[in-house]
Amino acid sequence: MAGLELLSDQGYRVDGRRAGELRKIQARMGVFAQADGSAYIEQGNTKALAVVYGPHEIRGSRARALPDRALVNCQYSSATFSTGERKRRPHGDRKSCEMGLQLRQTFEAAILTQLHPRSQIDIYVQVSRQQLSAWGGRGMGWGLGVRGQEPDTLMPLVGACWTPGYPCGTSCAWWPQLALALLPASGQLALLEMDARLHEDHLEQVLEAAARAARDVHTLLDRVVRQHVREASILLGD
Amino acid sequence: MKETPLSNCERRFLLRAIEEKKRLDGRQTYDYRNIKITFGTDYGCCIVELGKTRVLGQVSCELVSPKLNRATEGILFFNLELSQMAAPAFEPGRQSDLLVKLNRLLERCLRNSKCIDTESLCVVAGEKVWQIRVDLHLLNHDGNIIDAASIAAIVALCHFRRPDVSVQGDEVTLYTPEERDPVPLSIHHMPICVSFAFFQQGTYLLVDPNEREERVMDGLLVIAMNKHREICTIQSSGGIMLLKDQVLRCSKIAGVKVLEITELIQKALENDQKVRKEGGKFGFAESIASQRITAFKMEKAPIDTSDVEEKAEEIIAEAEPPSEVVSKPVLWTPGTAQIGEGIENSWGDLEDSEKEEDDEGGSDEAIILDSIKMDTREVSNIGSQDAPIVLSDSEEEEMIILEPDKNPKKIRTQTISAKQEKAPSKKPVKKRKKKRAAN
Repeated sequence: MAGLELLSDQGYRVDGRRAGELRKIQARMGVFAQADGSAYIEQGNTKALAVVYGPHEIRGSRARALPDRALVNCQYSSATFSTGERKRRPHGDRKSCEMGLQLRQTFEAAILTQLHPRSQIDIYVQVSRQQLSAWGGRGMGWGLGVRGQEPDTLMPLVGACWTPGYPCGTSCAWWPQLALALLPASGQLALLEMDARLHEDHLEQVLEAAARAARDVHTLLDRVVRQHVREASILLGD
Repeated sequence: MKETPLSNCERRFLLRAIEEKKRLDGRQTYDYRNIKITFGTDYGCCIVELGKTRVLGQVSCELVSPKLNRATEGILFFNLELSQMAAPAFEPGRQSDLLVKLNRLLERCLRNSKCIDTESLCVVAGEKVWQIRVDLHLLNHDGNIIDAASIAAIVALCHFRRPDVSVQGDEVTLYTPEERDPVPLSIHHMPICVSFAFFQQGTYLLVDPNEREERVMDGLLVIAMNKHREICTIQSSGGIMLLKDQVLRCSKIAGVKVLEITELIQKALENDQKVRKEGGKFGFAESIASQRITAFKMEKAPIDTSDVEEKAEEIIAEAEPPSEVVSKPVLWTPGTAQIGEGIENSWGDLEDSEKEEDDEGGSDEAIILDSIKMDTREVSNIGSQDAPIVLSDSEEEEMIILEPDKNPKKIRTQTISAKQEKAPSKKPVKKRKKKRAAN
């Protein structure tokens, strides 16, 4: 990958975007009738589905029930055909487990779990196509999915994520990528994750840029949610 | 084994101490515990002790065929294992979440930051490359596994020597250590993880939490940096909400700490190098033997006790006087006195319990019975006039009261909770039967 330039001389990336621009995001809610909440999101070529069940009784061992909060259970799976090369293990490998853990952490911070003690909320994410920044698709899919299910139990959050723009192609593990999940109202970071080398002096700018992007995504997704709720209430004849 | 839960008072104690900027082992907020690095006889083997947390790292290498999409790069493989000897809670099947988290963090820290030049590990492009495998075992868990593990990994990698290889045309010659000296790996930089524990929703933060502090913390922020102040990894975990300036502040602190630790590592590596060159003794047997039985000797943290006296006096002066204790002795008969009333018997308040009867003289009985809680009011003073007591009838048992000068009386008693009266008495007191346990 040496010799591939991130930014051309005029400041354009390989797909024609500027450094601070996000790809086009399209989202739809209520995709599955069976689940309590579901969402589908597309960001450029990254496509993700999220499904939420709950809050329901704890499955499996009752001992895991928390007396004062709900348990959040997240599973992340990316299809074998999602990347350029066929993935051998769609779920259960370390990366997917780690994704699940991190997204659980994000949503435990966002969901008002104190409203549902001794119950369990399941969140399942399936990535059907990823062109890098699968992070973005995942986080937002989940944000929407949970929102769709019970808007009243959520603090206004969108787990929005950001990576410095990548051209299409293979995963470039050596360029720094920062992923953060932001609660726009309070400006607090529910999740912060970074890979590869970035000098400390640049950290602030990167955080700023990521926070800005997260807020933009939040505005967009907020619009989608409101639209959906409006449609649903019209159909119900409110 | 399930982890022993932390008691509420211990939790409160730790949190209060942290609010007052005190740590149990006497450290300051940004202080690390003592780091000790020892090397084994083989190249690539080391033990890192961060306080009492101990991690063993071992690097090994093997010639394999490369990955299909990276034909010119060597393979790096990291594996951290939480040995069952590290903590009673670590069991073979049970640790998955923590294990996944730690392993992924280590991988990202060391692999994605490109600290090792993988291109130099290539022998024959597309056919043979070196696979470097770093195995880390946690030997003792006293908090902050990730820092100790990252130090162990990078130290082991710096210490490791791989066999020399030469390629002539199509021929690849692998030299044994006797033929040619093994060659060190080419390492660009040394990423070290620094952990920050947050308490009270992010108000207080501590560097290098030990095991107790980890139990009460809200969440953890791990920043991996190298000495050039390049951040290699940031990972927040545990569900804490961070603010941007907190993250920036932590990164500055991490920079300082990483410099200190990197110096220490360099010194340790140089020492070991020197010892091996001079032909001195090296290896674990040398370094661990010097600890002997005091392997876990606690170094006493120096505490400032100069103002203890003043503080004690202040506390005494401000304290309230102790509550009045009524303890006038009551003289019953010559030789029999009563001080206080004893503790109320709280066995089986609602259920049948033993009833003790003191068979003293009349006035004794009166006083004693006054202090006995009765279920019914039908009980009259025992032996006030030597009359048998009339009691209600539930679950009676016969009770024989022996009096030395009288015939044994059969008295039906109802069990009532009675205060234990320990008035000394020379008379044989009673024979009582235990009530059968009522549900």
